[in-house]
Amino acid sequence: MDVFGSFSLLLAFVCAVYAFVGGIFAIKTRHPLLIKSARQSGIATCVLIFIATFCVEYLFFTDNFSMAYVVSHSNRDLSTFYKVAALWAGQEGSLLFWSTLLSIYVISVLIAYRNKNGELMPYVGVVMAGVQIFFLVLNNFVENPFKTLATVNASGVLEPFTRMDGNGLNPLLQYPEMVIHPPNLYSGYTGFTIPFAFALAALLARYPGEKWIHLTRKWTMIAWCFQSLGILLGAHWAYAVLGWGGYWGWDPVENASLLPWLTGTAFLHSVMMQEKRGMMKVWNVWLVFCTFLLCILGTFLTRSGVVSSVHAFANSQIGPWFVGFIVLTLLVCFVAYVKNRDYLKSENQLDSMISRESSFLFNNLLFLIACIAVLSGTLFPVFSEWFTSNRISVGAPFFNKVMIPIGLAILFLTGVGPLLAWRKTSGESLKRNFGWPAIIGLLGTVVLAVIGYRDAYSLVCFFLCIFVFWTIVMEFYRGAKVISARSGMSMMMAAHELSMRNTRRYGGYVVHFGMVLVFVGLAGAAFNTDIQKAMNIGDSMKLGPYTLVLQSGDTKVEKNYTAQRMIVEVLKDNKQLMMLYPEKRQFQGNEQAAGTMVAIYSTLREDLYVVYAGMDPDANVPVIHAFLNPLVKWIWLGGVWVVMGTLLALMPNRRVALGVVTVADASAAPAAPALTPTATLREGHD
Amino acid sequence: MQNRAKFGVGIGVIVVALAFLAWLGYGESKTYYHTIAEYQSLTGSARNHRMRLAGTVAPGSIRHVTGGTEFVLEEQGKTLAVRYVGSDPLPDTFVDKSQALVEGRPSTDGKFVAEHVQAKCASKYEAAPGGDKPAAPAAATQTSSM
Repeated sequence: MDVFGSFSLLLAFVCAVYAFVGGIFAIKTRHPLLIKSARQSGIATCVLIFIATFCVEYLFFTDNFSMAYVVSHSNRDLSTFYKVAALWAGQEGSLLFWSTLLSIYVISVLIAYRNKNGELMPYVGVVMAGVQIFFLVLNNFVENPFKTLATVNASGVLEPFTRMDGNGLNPLLQYPEMVIHPPNLYSGYTGFTIPFAFALAALLARYPGEKWIHLTRKWTMIAWCFQSLGILLGAHWAYAVLGWGGYWGWDPVENASLLPWLTGTAFLHSVMMQEKRGMMKVWNVWLVFCTFLLCILGTFLTRSGVVSSVHAFANSQIGPWFVGFIVLTLLVCFVAYVKNRDYLKSENQLDSMISRESSFLFNNLLFLIACIAVLSGTLFPVFSEWFTSNRISVGAPFFNKVMIPIGLAILFLTGVGPLLAWRKTSGESLKRNFGWPAIIGLLGTVVLAVIGYRDAYSLVCFFLCIFVFWTIVMEFYRGAKVISARSGMSMMMAAHELSMRNTRRYGGYVVHFGMVLVFVGLAGAAFNTDIQKAMNIGDSMKLGPYTLVLQSGDTKVEKNYTAQRMIVEVLKDNKQLMMLYPEKRQFQGNEQAAGTMVAIYSTLREDLYVVYAGMDPDANVPVIHAFLNPLVKWIWLGGVWVVMGTLLALMPNRRVALGVVTVADASAAPAAPALTPTATLREGHD
Repeated sequence: MQNRAKFGVGIGVIVVALAFLAWLGYGESKTYYHTIAEYQSLTGSARNHRMRLAGTVAPGSIRHVTGGTEFVLEEQGKTLAVRYVGSDPLPDTFVDKSQALVEGRPSTDGKFVAEHVQAKCASKYEAAPGGDKPAAPAAATQTSSM
């Protein structure tokens, strides 16, 4: 199976080269058969990569300990679930996994558009094949997952060699989220290849802007959705497994995943400027280019360990390859841009400071500054070493100082932007749209300050969250009211109908709502408290409204590990609430492989987060570290809404049946015109 | 063109304000990376910087004392005495011979006072397979026959 997989991988490389070179000739000659063969070669590349990946999984499932990769990341007792995940536990497999996910996108694009967009598709195929070639070079010649173990025998000849058992999977990765977090994040990283391929192809082919934008919108949203979900799952994993009480530490690998998300989000917004007003074309093209480059950079940072980080386990040979690829891509993008820049001329000018256009402009500016801040902070050690020979890093205070105000400003625009009119907005409509949300927001903030949430940034954040929430509610209400008046549906049904008629716009609002929830959760971080105590059995400690009593400790032997478990009783108002079981796990066969299992009691108000921090070396009693983290759950809930909103936005619009207004409805209709900027009348997102 | 000027001013204010915040944050959190050898040759104000040093935990050097944990880091023959005073418990991976990254400032008694310690085991997960068990001969790897 290893030879078969290895051969598939090599053949995939050959096919990708053919798809690339053949594709270029196909574009030059426009010969239909050549175009077809290049496309089919692209499809073959993907299929061969799938076969190679299947082979690696097969080797894991058959416990083939003659394979170096299997030995490094699996053992006989590893459960099936984690054997699947072992594929992306190390360098070689992660890179192969990258190629696999990319192939899913590539094959979908090649098949879905096989008879459409004839002028553009050969270019798209060439760009995608180019990216695939790069990763296949790494898979085949730099980090090949199909290496076998070998040993030198008595006569000095290399011979194959099989181990009895493997080293096992890194315990940090033996957690359900680690099985779903990397595929999501990687699907995001790889997914941005598709918009990039379309943007570069459209530029090279001088293809009409509104068409390629329309084609890539869906793909960008899919990639964006995976990226968002991947980031949140990663944060949740860090929260539940690393045991330090937080979910985001501005670690280089976390930052790397945030960078393409920031530019991708900026693109999803600025693209509307191009669709509606024919503006920001150069900007959009470069945003897509940058997003793709940041995805490659993110993969590079994660895999190469260039910036020291807990995530970057490996220091390997792939660094120069990635830098080379990034430089080459940048060069190609730049040349393509310079040669075809006349085709990206803007059709309109900005008219007013208070308009939809300007809100998009500031939104993009903020996302861009956020991206530059995170990028420079992350790469600071690398650059400072180049320029000053001192390696200097910056920490959380740097990122927080810059990113909190940017985040709040973007949150503000989330509420304001969608309700401003294109070109120019009157003072009257500002009052009508924002009066109530601002008043309710202020009242809510005062209440929160009175009941004890006193922190300047957090209060601003709460105000904005309430404000944005009400602007969204009012949008749904106004639209639904019109439909309800015309058709006699209930308000709930009307809101549903409204969303289905313009999925992109109302899906967007749902995503915004999700982000509001995320911001509520983030604002809670200002009120985190914690306490740590070495406790004898029967000792108790108080944290907020809870009292923690250490009842006992026990040992739990499982197949792959042994857990030391503390049994902590939680009391609230002197009544027993529940039991929590924080653990330390000792993984089999290696005294160094330990893992922490945090016990969390999570409510909408706060998380009680309890860690068994080990034995106190002096007193030889267990140390319990408890955190009280307000509002954390809102972040994960927000994530769910973000995904649902994106899915809604991906659905096709429902067609409105015309001319069925009954007499009864017609009499109710005159109520509608009074609300002039209704969802259906005013030009919205779509 | 009046609009352009307005936008220019707006953008300028935002950029300058954020740059100022970035500068504040930089001053507050900048940390120098040094090798242990470099650290020992530092003089003057450079010794008062916040810094980050890496090394291997000397076997048998971890001692728990009141108010913290003391240990010795080794790197290329140089050693560094460290006192960890942070409130978080030391990571599970912090044991003899693990690679550790300490962050903090030098103290007057010559010890390096660390507020944060990160550690990873002398990696079982990325090392050439077979290296950690005596039964396995020194493993060379080869690409499967093609």
